Amino acid sequence: MTTDTLPAPVVWKDSKRYLWPLGALVLTLPLIGTFAYQATGWAAMLWIGFFIFYGLIPLADKLLGEDNANPPDTAMSALASDSYYRWALFASIPVYLAVWVYMIWFATTVEMPWYGWLGCAMTLGIGCGLAINIGHELGHQTSPLERMLAKFVLAPGGYGHFYTEHNRGHHIRVATPEDPATSRFGETFYEFFPRCIIGSFKSAWQIEAKRLEREGKSVWHYSNDNLQTWAMTLVLWTAITVWLGWTALAMVVVAAVYGGSLLEVVNYLEHYGLKRQPRADGGFERCQPHHSWNSNHVVTNVLLYHLQRHSDHHANPTRGYQTLRNFEDVPRLPSGYAAMVLIAYFPPIWFRLMDPKVVEHFKGDMSKANIKPGVRDKVIAQYSAATAA
Amino acid sequence: MKKWRCLVCDYIYDEAKGWPEEGIAAGTLWADVPAAWSCPDCGASKADFELIDS
Repeated sequence: MTTDTLPAPVVWKDSKRYLWPLGALVLTLPLIGTFAYQATGWAAMLWIGFFIFYGLIPLADKLLGEDNANPPDTAMSALASDSYYRWALFASIPVYLAVWVYMIWFATTVEMPWYGWLGCAMTLGIGCGLAINIGHELGHQTSPLERMLAKFVLAPGGYGHFYTEHNRGHHIRVATPEDPATSRFGETFYEFFPRCIIGSFKSAWQIEAKRLEREGKSVWHYSNDNLQTWAMTLVLWTAITVWLGWTALAMVVVAAVYGGSLLEVVNYLEHYGLKRQPRADGGFERCQPHHSWNSNHVVTNVLLYHLQRHSDHHANPTRGYQTLRNFEDVPRLPSGYAAMVLIAYFPPIWFRLMDPKVVEHFKGDMSKANIKPGVRDKVIAQYSAATAA
Repeated sequence: MKKWRCLVCDYIYDEAKGWPEEGIAAGTLWADVPAAWSCPDCGASKADFELIDS
């Protein structure tokens, strides 16, 4: 046998490479709704964001299924440093800002029934939710340009506190009862949402206050990351109100609240019931892959920049989206985030689907789970009895 | 003895204290901390730490 009969080394190609710009492209879909409304006069067209987010995307996830493939280790370093991926992500920022302005302009200047206006606001809110995810990816990078852009992209949706709280709050306390952004077994999304929002705002403020105090500065110093992002929000919202009036401000607020709720409903499903075990010194064990819920559904993974490969994200938070890996034997959601979000809105269905998965994960020993305080003893007793029997 | 701060989450590695929890004895210099070690709080890599002045 001679060497020339050996197969040539296989050059690995990233199958998702040319799909990543879809993250920017999907932000332009509201425009189709506005054109369709003008062509047909049907205000329902302005709810296009809803149809796509709650209908088309879960359906596409179902049809196109999962992608478990990981890049080989030898390809990782080139993949991480390939600036194409950086630019594919950056491209979404001007698109988002342009669509944000256009949608507000459209809804405040074109004649439409009130439910058309609301459709525009809600469609815009989905854009805001997606933009928080873009800010999330940017905010995890350590280069100054990415970090600055992260603050900027969070501003239209009024979600600047996330820049601080997510990295320096959530990532530290994830899957512990101390984390406002980790949902507990038995907690409905409607209980989680206010607890998470209030807790996250408080946390963001305290984290920056502590940092500035350490640096000998006032909490009101201009370098406070919260104040910086909130100032950007204030300038943007004031400008759009001066230009287009109070209905523009109302629309911006509706979109911001709804966009924020989308981010938090995703938070709700990312760590539901999971818990890091306490150490003897009062801290918690390291965050490990089995402390996050994952999904490999390819459509949602492309649109969310691999956010659903969440275990790798928490284990390696500065790893860029294109290099996030699927892990075997980690908690796995039955579908992509888009479908799971819909289920989270209906607590009885959510509990029926997810509670058995949490119980199975802990092999019935629910004393290891992160449980809503009021029902903790009852839940532990209920499942230990069931396991014993 | 020097201190190094995690750029992601502000965790501080103090050479004087080490991180005995994971076998890094008190007094271990930053240079001697394994390259594969990552931030115990947030998981950021060793390369994501910066030296703190003072």
